[in-house]
Amino acid sequence: MGALGEFFKGLRVTGKVMVDTVVGDGLVTTQYPKEFRQKPQRFHGRHVLNRYPDGMEKCIGCELCAGACPARCIYVRGLDNPPGQPVSPGERFGFVYEINMLRCIFCALCVEACPTEAITMSSLFEMSTTNRDDAIYTKNELLMRPDGSVPHMFPDDPLAQHSELETADGWLRATAPSGVAAYEGIKSWQGTPGSANWDPEPTQDEIDQ
Amino acid sequence: MDGIDLLIVIARVVVVFVILLGTTVLNVWIERKVLAKMQNRVGPNRAGPWGLLQTVADGLKLFFKESITPRKVEYGIFVLAPFLAIIPAFLIFLVVPFGRPFTIGGHEVILQGADLNIGVLFILAMSSLAVYAVVLAGWSSGSKYPLLGGVRATAQAISYEAAMGLAMVSVVMFSSTSGDGGTLSLAGIVERQAGTFADVFPNLSAIAQFIPRWNLIPQFVAFVIFFVAITAETNRSPFDLVEAEQELVGGFHTEYGGMRFAMYQLAEYSNIFSMCAICASLFLGGWNGPTWDGSLPAFISGVLPTFWLLVKTYALFFVLIWLRATLPRMRYDQLMQLGWKRLIPGALVWLILSTVVIGIRQFGLPWNPQ
Repeated sequence: MGALGEFFKGLRVTGKVMVDTVVGDGLVTTQYPKEFRQKPQRFHGRHVLNRYPDGMEKCIGCELCAGACPARCIYVRGLDNPPGQPVSPGERFGFVYEINMLRCIFCALCVEACPTEAITMSSLFEMSTTNRDDAIYTKNELLMRPDGSVPHMFPDDPLAQHSELETADGWLRATAPSGVAAYEGIKSWQGTPGSANWDPEPTQDEIDQ
Repeated sequence: MDGIDLLIVIARVVVVFVILLGTTVLNVWIERKVLAKMQNRVGPNRAGPWGLLQTVADGLKLFFKESITPRKVEYGIFVLAPFLAIIPAFLIFLVVPFGRPFTIGGHEVILQGADLNIGVLFILAMSSLAVYAVVLAGWSSGSKYPLLGGVRATAQAISYEAAMGLAMVSVVMFSSTSGDGGTLSLAGIVERQAGTFADVFPNLSAIAQFIPRWNLIPQFVAFVIFFVAITAETNRSPFDLVEAEQELVGGFHTEYGGMRFAMYQLAEYSNIFSMCAICASLFLGGWNGPTWDGSLPAFISGVLPTFWLLVKTYALFFVLIWLRATLPRMRYDQLMQLGWKRLIPGALVWLILSTVVIGIRQFGLPWNPQ
């Protein structure tokens, strides 16, 4: 009877999975374009170049991000701020800023390298293009507008979620393994766009609840 | 036979054709959907509501595809084989009674393609003919994988047809104990399963009146053997060696494309449906079921038997899908062992056993003749 018992055991497994999928919560599939999943807090999505709340660009054209990039996909050229009407509060500003999204591995080392928190990552990942040139993002696409909104590559796409560009993964430094645990729950890292008035990352206990 | 009778015959055949085509479209969808649920997936859901039109979309796609003819094929047989597959698949459903006969304007209409008095033999003949399509397709394709599939199909059909036929024999013999004499007509076998066991065992009527008089209960072993055999006969998993995708790239239909391939699919799924319907007719009482004549409108009471047959057929179909979702494909020698060492001896023993029991019930003990 051994084989027959195994046979019914197998039937029970598939039957149970079917019942779970139909009436229970066994189905984990999300109908993606119709419904969106809640992304993890530290999701690494498309980059955003930030501004200060007064409209100044944060980027000072130091090229540290380009140096940190393991994929060599960032190209930066700095330029002295024009006297009288500075673009950034420092001496120089990022005159050219390009990221080749075909090469980018979304490791966020550029975000860590940036001394002024000028480049951060959003949670947008729909970036497919029909053209290799479109995959090279310039300041036109990356830089946030003075009002704090971020340009979307396909603003007319019915699936475009503009809010995704405005949620930053700005919690990286506070609770990174190498970081200090005391930063947990403290507003220590400036999230991407706008006035930088973001809630601190919840502590692990709060996440577990 | 006057004109109206002829029209009724034509209408019956058309209805059988439509039932088979319609259920095939539905069955492919049902199978994919149920299989998906058993594998924790969603299944087709893009074409139409709940993906109901998925099969129609697939069919349309295949319709517009080129029917490629590889260079090495035996052209005539290669083209003929899909037709050989589809004709028995449609013919086999002709003998299945799919509803209670009714009278309309003085003409009796039986809901069956044709009430052959050799219906059971016809089923065996047609299911054997269907194997020719597979074998000839495998051979004429001029390619090694289809050939292997075709060779396997022959061996599998021979092994399992025997068990299937023996299981049918015990059913036919058992059903000859009720009614007047034996019958090979499927309609006759179905009619003899009407009522409950209270008719047979009047002193047990308290319990037995709730048990329908299906052949399933007295012939349970035959049912199991028959069900395993039809699983193999329709090339369903776990006996789908004939079209094993992983080893044979699809087996006998590897070289087929477009509408020729679609015809194989159609034949396969209508075979599955017919075989489930035949199994339901032989063992599960066919269209017998409560109809509540008198308390329900006549039309509903007339349609209910068809509904019961569909319920039983789809219950069996569901079990087939369940088996497919659960069991891995058998190895070739395991298939042969199961066929020749288990099913055929089992069916023979059961046949002798039920013969003896029927004989004793009918004629008494041999040493104590009445």
